[in-house]
Amino acid sequence: MLGRVAEGIFWLYRYLERAENTARLLAAGHRMALTRRTDEATQEWRSVLITLELDEDYDKVHQGYSGAQVCDFVLRARTNPNSVLSMFERARTNARTCRSAITREVWEAINEGWMNLRELLSRPVREANLGPVLAAIRRESSLARGATHGSMLRNEIYAFARLGTFLERADNTARILDVKYYLLLPSLSYVGTALDSGQWENVLRSLSGERAFSWLNAGRIDARSITEFLLLDERFPRSLRFCQGAMHENLDALARHHGGKGLAHESLARIDAMLDDRTVEQVFEHGLHEFIRGFITANAAIADGIARNYHFQP
Amino acid sequence: MTGPGIEKFDEMLAADGSVRPAYRGYHEWLSRQDTGLMRRKGAEAESVFRRTGITFNVYGEDDAEERLIPFDMVPRIVTGNEWRRLSRGIEQRVRALNAFIHDLYHRQEIVRSGRLPLRVIQNNSAWLPQMVGFTPPGGVYTHIVGIDLVRTGSDEFMVLEDNARTPSGVSYMLENRETMMAMFPELFTQVKVRSIADYPRNLAASLAACAPEGAGDKPTIAVLTPGIFNSAYFEHAFLADQMGAELVEGSDLRVVDGRVQMRTTDGYRPIDVLYRRVDDDYLDPLTFNPDSVLGIPGIFDVYRAGRITIANAPGTGVADDKAIYSFMPEIVQFYTGEQPLLPNVQTWRCADKDSLAYVLDKLPELVVKEVHGSGGYGMLIGPTSSRKEIEAFRAKLIAKPDNYIAQPTLALSTCPIFTKAGLAPRHVDLRPFVLCSPDGVEITPGGLTRVAMRKGSLVVNSSQGGGTKDSWVLDD
Repeated sequence: MLGRVAEGIFWLYRYLERAENTARLLAAGHRMALTRRTDEATQEWRSVLITLELDEDYDKVHQGYSGAQVCDFVLRARTNPNSVLSMFERARTNARTCRSAITREVWEAINEGWMNLRELLSRPVREANLGPVLAAIRRESSLARGATHGSMLRNEIYAFARLGTFLERADNTARILDVKYYLLLPSLSYVGTALDSGQWENVLRSLSGERAFSWLNAGRIDARSITEFLLLDERFPRSLRFCQGAMHENLDALARHHGGKGLAHESLARIDAMLDDRTVEQVFEHGLHEFIRGFITANAAIADGIARNYHFQP
Repeated sequence: MTGPGIEKFDEMLAADGSVRPAYRGYHEWLSRQDTGLMRRKGAEAESVFRRTGITFNVYGEDDAEERLIPFDMVPRIVTGNEWRRLSRGIEQRVRALNAFIHDLYHRQEIVRSGRLPLRVIQNNSAWLPQMVGFTPPGGVYTHIVGIDLVRTGSDEFMVLEDNARTPSGVSYMLENRETMMAMFPELFTQVKVRSIADYPRNLAASLAACAPEGAGDKPTIAVLTPGIFNSAYFEHAFLADQMGAELVEGSDLRVVDGRVQMRTTDGYRPIDVLYRRVDDDYLDPLTFNPDSVLGIPGIFDVYRAGRITIANAPGTGVADDKAIYSFMPEIVQFYTGEQPLLPNVQTWRCADKDSLAYVLDKLPELVVKEVHGSGGYGMLIGPTSSRKEIEAFRAKLIAKPDNYIAQPTLALSTCPIFTKAGLAPRHVDLRPFVLCSPDGVEITPGGLTRVAMRKGSLVVNSSQGGGTKDSWVLDD
């Protein structure tokens, strides 16, 4: 396949994944803001912007952090080149550019998704409508992923698609945990207490992991278990460990296809060293923030390695 | 524009209101359909096209970067017999075109024989001196041709235009059929229509048969597109997808070790056949257009060395010129030794003094076209133009008569379309698609019917708001 098309596919699935995760983050933020005092709600919206690395862009055009304003900015503002709408638009442009590399089902899912969201986001989203809009974003992204799963050949193209998905997902999970951890620090006298279960539940909710977690932990909730769950649980599809496994699977498929491993595998080995045989206690000892920063850097290096190994650029 | 005295031919209904043989099966089916249901089907078709992204980019419109070509649900139908006659004429014409282009770039026998004036070639902007003396792999210039036909009577089909350079529209032909079969499956069990589904396979086979020597039995084919902003991008992607070929842009290609190669995830890999959907000018900046940042530097040297097939061959556009068109009856006769089976539309070359005088005199009645024009741009349709428009055109014509040809305003046949008020006749043409390779000439039964959606309009071009129909050849 063409290097340019491989790049297009890889980013297409990154955009879709990021759009979906952004919707999750907003949904959790909104729920949080509803149940808190105004200053806490403000803090919550700010943390959403920081997690998405949109805080600086937002501060350039807005003062204050009302839910409506933050949601509008994140979802659809023209002043935000990384809005969910423009991410979907870029995903769809990539799908058009790579039209012959995807099936008709995938193309239709992405094209229809874009048409629906463009319509839904053509005017400011009222609070009453926020839930359905966020649900629609997740649904459109799920449909595209489902069409991919159900109709694409398990070949090189699929490997690039999956790598885009899991690389982005790992990055997003890491960022959410990092920001929340910092935000929650003042309320933590030491790690391991259950001071503000509402806040921690919100972390889980941002990653659609609240049900899975309480099922596994019989309703108990504490920072240590949640961190362990999000970092190291190989059963949870948004944990770093799970993403690591999926990246292995797909990088190995590429290596088989191309007859050899490359730079991306070297960076993945760094992640292996961070996650394999690791306990959550060791992570806290080392410092969760440093740990996550190290992870995000290694994860980004995998993306660079893929781009160079597989000739994304001339 | 059916003025007094001009008889108009409707594809479905004869003058006495009876249904023509080609439409008997369809009409019978239609008379049993509920009108409300048909209306809903129309809306359904539009949403299918939007969803599948069968869109068309229109140049010069900011807000509408992707538009749908209107699709009408009433098929254009020709009988098996009509088609057999047409396809013989088309094949003859396409063989002549290919021989003609070969001759133009070699001995120019047709000029020596006095049948074609040299100036027609010298004035032809599509003429490529770089092609002189070179024969493309397999001897084929026009791998894919679209012949635009119009009909003015029961036995009167004429060629309006030859598209030898890069005919487009074949994806609409295929998608229109898919859409019709999805919407009205029972119709296709009642009326037997010849299938067109083999086109992509035939195209791939035909291109492969033209591969350069040494390409092996599975040559690598790629479709070259200018990119997603091109008006026909959907078609480029569609054909690449259907053929299982790579869809490449200029930036993917590079000349490496004397071959044209594409940047794959494994590094550069050679291409044997390039089905290009870019103009000659944007092929090779070294050879054609030094100012262009598009194109693949050095591709033309590879081509001349016989190491890649470019389809259609560079320089093929000479045959699309309307001044050349006016000589097609002579051209067909010269290269086939036969009388043309398909006539031309009567054409006055404004370069001739007498013709120019006639055209200037009859301007309000005629259609005047630029010799190098296409897409319905830059033309005058006398009977539907205002006096002011005619006078403005007259000035252009006098200033540069060589640049124009004129034709009578034809009563193009009509075919019904669905409108809010029910069925209404609209003018249509027909563009059959033809594949040429050393293995022979292959014509897909039917083609693309273009239809002027506005009442009375004769302009069927999609860039001017024209629509399309599914085109049937009956399997009778």
